[in-house]
Amino acid sequence: MEGNVPAFEGTAEQAAALRKVIEERKTQPGCLMRVLQEAQDIYGYLPKEVQIMIADGLGISLSEVYGVATFYTQFSLMPKGRHRISLCLGTACYVKGADKILEALEEKLGIKCGECTPDGLFSLDSCRCVGACGLAPVMMIDDDVHGKLTVEMLDGILDSYREGK
Amino acid sequence: MINLKVNGISVSVPDGSTILQAAKAANVEIPTLCYLSGVNCAGSCRMCVVEATGARGLVAACVYPAAEGMEVQTNTAKCRRSRKMTLELLLSSHKKKCLSCERSRTCELQRLCLEYGADEDKFDAEKPNTPLDTSSPFMIRDNDKCINCRRCVAACKNLQAVEAIGAIGRGYAVHIGSAFERPVIESPCVGCGQCIVACPTGALIEKSDVDKVWKAISDPDKKVVFFTAPSVRATLGEEFDYPVGTNVEGKMVAAIRRLGNVEVYNMDVTADLTILEEANELIDRVVNKKKPLPMFTSCCPGWIKFVEHNYPDMLDNLSSCKSPQQMFGAVLKTYYCEKNGIDPKDLFVVSVIPCTAKKFEVTRSEFDYDVDVAITTRELAKMIRTAGINFSELPAEKYDDPFRIATGGGAIFGATGGVMEAALRTAAHILDGKCELVDFKEVRGTEPIKEATYNVAGVTVKVAVASGLANARRIMDAIKSGEKDYMFVEIMACPGGCVNGGGQPSLPDSVRNWTDLKTLRARALYNYDEASEYRKSHDSPVVKMLYDEYFGAPNSHKAHEVLHTSYVPREKY
Amino acid sequence: MTVEQLNAIKAKHADLIKVRKLIGKAGADLEKNTGYRKQVLVCGGTGCTSSHSGEVIAQLEKSLAAHGIKDVLVIKTGCFGLCALGPIMIVYPEGAFYSQMTPEHVETIVEKHLLPGGDVVKELLYEGTVMPDGSILPFAETPFYKKQRRIALRNCGVIEAENIEEAIGAGDYQALAKVLTSMTPDDVLAELNTSGLCGRGGAGFPTGRKWAFAKASQSDVKYVCCNADEGDPGAFMDRSILEGDPHCVLEAMAIAGYTIGSNQGYIYVRAEYPIAVQRLTIAIKQAREYGLLGKNIFGTGFDFDVDIRLGAGAFVCGEETALMTSIEGHRGEPRPRPPFPAVKGLFGKPTILNNVETWANINPIILKGGKWYSTIGTETSKGTKVFALGGKITNVGLVEVPMGTTLRTIVEEIGGGIPNGKKFKAAQTGGPSGGCIPASCLDIPIDYDNLKKIGSMMGSGGMIILDEDTCMVDISKFYLEFTADESCGKCNPCRIGTKRLLELLTKITKGQGEPEDLDKIKELAEHMKSSSLCALGQSAPNPVLSTIRYFEDEYKAHIYDKTCPAGVCKALLSYSIVADKCKGCTLCARNCPVSAISGKVREPHVIDTKKCIKCGVCITNCRFGAIVKK
Ligand SMILES: Cc1cc2nc3c(=O)[nH]c(=O)nc-3n(C[C@H](O)[C@H](O)[C@H](O)COP(=O)(O)O)c2cc1C
Ligand code: SF4
Ligand code: SF4
Ligand code: SF4
Ligand code: SF4
Ligand code: SF4
Ligand code: SF4
Ligand code: SF4
Ligand code: SF4
Ligand code: FES
Ligand code: FES
Ligand code: FES
Repeated sequence: MEGNVPAFEGTAEQAAALRKVIEERKTQPGCLMRVLQEAQDIYGYLPKEVQIMIADGLGISLSEVYGVATFYTQFSLMPKGRHRISLCLGTACYVKGADKILEALEEKLGIKCGECTPDGLFSLDSCRCVGACGLAPVMMIDDDVHGKLTVEMLDGILDSYREGK
Repeated sequence: MINLKVNGISVSVPDGSTILQAAKAANVEIPTLCYLSGVNCAGSCRMCVVEATGARGLVAACVYPAAEGMEVQTNTAKCRRSRKMTLELLLSSHKKKCLSCERSRTCELQRLCLEYGADEDKFDAEKPNTPLDTSSPFMIRDNDKCINCRRCVAACKNLQAVEAIGAIGRGYAVHIGSAFERPVIESPCVGCGQCIVACPTGALIEKSDVDKVWKAISDPDKKVVFFTAPSVRATLGEEFDYPVGTNVEGKMVAAIRRLGNVEVYNMDVTADLTILEEANELIDRVVNKKKPLPMFTSCCPGWIKFVEHNYPDMLDNLSSCKSPQQMFGAVLKTYYCEKNGIDPKDLFVVSVIPCTAKKFEVTRSEFDYDVDVAITTRELAKMIRTAGINFSELPAEKYDDPFRIATGGGAIFGATGGVMEAALRTAAHILDGKCELVDFKEVRGTEPIKEATYNVAGVTVKVAVASGLANARRIMDAIKSGEKDYMFVEIMACPGGCVNGGGQPSLPDSVRNWTDLKTLRARALYNYDEASEYRKSHDSPVVKMLYDEYFGAPNSHKAHEVLHTSYVPREKY
Repeated sequence: MTVEQLNAIKAKHADLIKVRKLIGKAGADLEKNTGYRKQVLVCGGTGCTSSHSGEVIAQLEKSLAAHGIKDVLVIKTGCFGLCALGPIMIVYPEGAFYSQMTPEHVETIVEKHLLPGGDVVKELLYEGTVMPDGSILPFAETPFYKKQRRIALRNCGVIEAENIEEAIGAGDYQALAKVLTSMTPDDVLAELNTSGLCGRGGAGFPTGRKWAFAKASQSDVKYVCCNADEGDPGAFMDRSILEGDPHCVLEAMAIAGYTIGSNQGYIYVRAEYPIAVQRLTIAIKQAREYGLLGKNIFGTGFDFDVDIRLGAGAFVCGEETALMTSIEGHRGEPRPRPPFPAVKGLFGKPTILNNVETWANINPIILKGGKWYSTIGTETSKGTKVFALGGKITNVGLVEVPMGTTLRTIVEEIGGGIPNGKKFKAAQTGGPSGGCIPASCLDIPIDYDNLKKIGSMMGSGGMIILDEDTCMVDISKFYLEFTADESCGKCNPCRIGTKRLLELLTKITKGQGEPEDLDKIKELAEHMKSSSLCALGQSAPNPVLSTIRYFEDEYKAHIYDKTCPAGVCKALLSYSIVADKCKGCTLCARNCPVSAISGKVREPHVIDTKKCIKCGVCITNCRFGAIVKK
């Protein structure tokens, strides 16, 4: 895990935002997940430094924090791309050929599922159903859902994000 | 009470009992792997599955409540098939290195596989290939032998409140480790070894120093001396099938002597010495108020490391006394070498301890290898076996002079409350020359936290005793918040004290779940104390000799130089 | 707020909403009663939003403004159910059902239909509503809708979900008012028991009994939870309810709170559902403002509030004890039961957990009576069930049908059959815990018991239709991949079992299967079913067992003949060109990514099977059907 995580580059504003979240949530029972979710919104991922801040702030052991962070697929220990692609591999999408879309995406981006392009623009992950099964196969890029995908459509969609959307 | 039948046998068990407990009452054994009484109760390994009326499918006996009128079957074909398959699945991802595994013979997985005839090759699977974690001086983690029962995680969290380890990841990839996969030595682990004694397999073992000892023994230029910690006499017998709680001191000494050309000393001597130093330090703190109260005992290195990581602002509350182990090493490498004209470099000091934290302690830079090697009760037993010594046939022998005679006060160091009791015996004497009080029974026993108030020579002495770091944390937090105010506090990292240390014999859960190890082992020490010629540390002739010949008086300059130490704050994570 | 105030709000919106409930039937007198000449409903569900319904609404508002039209009401609703044809737009009073809207279409519709004197634009209507003779069929009469009965989805696609007044207008909170002012907790339980309502989240446990257990538990604090984790891939009814009618869930949770003696509710919703989360957040805020959540509801002294907790991508957190562990902030690992949550649940307190769709049925049961509800459905399964119809089926979307509807009705009538002239092979229900239902079972009435009998289960209502191009070994491998990925890893039968089972299936799809593997699979599957800690592991082998049960031949073909009859498992396929049919057009050769095809122009081509990576590009390119895979 450690080796290839880039150096932590958190800003003072991010730290202040996180501290505020911790203060607000600290007294709620079971707040750890919420805090991790908001921390990930602030930093884009959950580096060690952030998890230590959370463990300290909430009085929860670091191993508990790390155990939770590695249990849920939503949490990432690695920075994600500027645009996060998440291809649905749920049943409806699989039956409609999502695996072919994934292959094509991997080829077009030159990365494997779970990785980030070297320029940091896109990261590619798979997920299990975004509830838009009617439009299968489906992928999400950031918060946008793209449905009824075909391999031919991919270039156009990716380009629209490249052009600094 | 609940009435039910287990394999046709009627039993009555208290409300709230599980099927496992009901079966025990009917004298029926159900195999377990993840359940460890008082430590872990997750119902996760599925080894203890049984059939019970009113339940769908198989249920886990360790967590399933017994119910009125229930009929339980523990030995049906279905149960056996399931248990066997569970084992075969475990084996499919297991390293299967029994021939050289430290836990071969005491491994619970191995025993069950044999009992159920599990086929280790039932499933083709990729061989596991995780690197060993050998980073620390006290423990080796081999996750390829881990069955994910999480008894270690539960021990570290529930008993010790250290939480140095936890379950990481999800699904098949779940494994046990420290946050961010850091090696043990970089984690806040205190080295107590409670995880090791909780582990049913060879996934967690102490880092063995046996080879270093053999090497020294066969080195003609080295003089090798052993000394044994108080509790080892009460536990070593278990390795050779003696009932729990048998004192085997005489055979132990005889066995060590037969390992080679070595001397065998009694570490109770420096336990007594610790008491003199500590009692005087306490009185000094009360009178001169230079250092804060309460004063904490400092004889447990697991506890010391815990304070360094978690309460670095309270290091000054720790007594500056070295632990008995380090005092012994220091006395040997100073007084003893000077007296006998030995170059300290040629003296090889081996301590036999119930403890993995002491393996870390000997490596602490401030001790400069006063003790060369610390080996656990288990390692000593292994050496005895390797040497071909027939333990049970040995005669009882005595320790070597000059470190032979000690007091009962030193011996009870091995049980929770023992240090406190020995210290009180001596403090009472110092404060009030004539005090005849010997037994301070309020601080004995295995309750998590014990408090007592004594009035000695007009001074009100409020003390507390805790074992298990989870209890220590409670005391610390109560002190910090001002809720509690003590003068003297004894803390032992291991629940029940060193008798239950991380280096003690590994007994299977089939024993641990039904036996109060702590109490039985401690009883052997208290009986020993009762029968001792001297019971108060300050009465020890050896201690008197040490002060007369070398240190002068407790807390003297010389004593400070040799017998006291200091501590370092450490990172919380 | 008082009950009178609630009724006043309801009355204010009643006429507007009454028309919409006609589901595409023309409604008269809109203008007279409401002051609006027309209402335009645009779907703002996830499906339509991703087909850009947002742009449709924007364009609509823009053009209406440009034409100075003020008497046309535009409403953003939840899902209509026909998501594949989105964005959907319905215009009342005509009930014109437009599909696949674009901003350009909107412009046309504004000009030709919405301007005063305009009329329905037939060319843009959903084709299912245009009869061959040119007459227009109300949406409610189309095959897709006709056999449906919308109870849980009653307000989805009918109201503006972000407006509490619309929800009240459609009847939300009427049941809460009735319960708090005129029913005892036991009355509620009696009504529920009479209704026969069973949980819609998967296990099908009788809801009344669950509540009664929690009511019986003594505790000062109790909790009411809503399971909106909707982990079954291919199911999206919970999402649609939350997006279309979030208030019906809040109302029902408050009713449960009153019944069992709880003042706090939690909704555990997947973070992958941003729109649902947003609408829920708004709904909770509005309900608090209107005094429908919070202290002293309807002046009865009853307090109840609801909080949202977000999941973080773990299917197992749909399991009830794991869900509670997750709300408590830990790794979402299930706990052994007993103790059941009704005795010891969230934070160690008595807790009930129900699924979103279960909650959505409470209001009608209270208002119309348990007896009424129990007349719908079969002997053992009462009421309706929402299915998310997906896969190889013409009408992809959400359908709600009475229990006991046959699979054939759903597939052939409502679903419009299999596209591209392919043959139906199986329907997968119950998601990763369920099984595959073969054609021979098409006429079995669907209810909890029957599905179980044929080796599948109701689950949450995902229904994926598979056609002849689906390999059943591959599909069970797909499900095992899912469960192996989603196993929490706590207990051995599931943590290791799913992995080993997946390896065995993979081996078979690669053509390396051995005869004894089938037995090994069955043995391991039995073990996982009987000995896993939670229902995830217990049911993980179901897709495998059910496909072996109905399609064992297909497994055997892979193992003995080393062929994949459906032509899916790559390792078992080889591509070749039938010389007789090949015209030598070279198209395939030019498109092959690894240059595995050679041949001269106008001469039969050949594939070098050693080079071929089985990508299938050539087969889709050949216009003469000369390439075959076997
Ligand atoms: C692995 C697993 C996943 C589940 N996922 C869901 C889910 O996503 N949504 C749901 O409502 N129920 C789910 N359930 C069922 C719940 O455990 C529980 O039975 C249900 O929410 C109870 O509500 P009901 O009685 O209203 O159905 C799941 C069960 C299991 C074992
Ligand atoms: S852990 Fe047990 S089963 Fe594994 S190799 Fe060691 S002795 Fe054998
Ligand atoms: S027990 Fe059998 S396999 Fe093991 S070492 Fe002895 S002979 Fe070899
Ligand atoms: S040695 Fe003690 S502190 Fe370290 S991991 Fe084991 S139980 Fe925890
Ligand atoms: S290391 Fe030992 S105690 Fe810990 S989970 Fe593995 S087998 Fe169990
Ligand atoms: S209590 Fe004893 S055995 Fe345990 S860590 Fe402390 S000194 Fe070692
Ligand atoms: S059955 Fe699977 S998901 Fe359930 S507890 Fe066991 S490992 Fe976790
Ligand atoms: S299947 Fe793909 S690789 Fe094989 S011949 Fe056709 S185009 Fe080429
Ligand atoms: S595309 Fe078809 S017809 Fe044309 S060369 Fe290839 S196989 Fe022959
Ligand atoms: S299966 Fe892909 S969105 Fe549901
Ligand atoms: S499940 Fe009972 S001992 Fe592990
Ligand atoms: S989302 Fe618009 S019809 Fe389903």
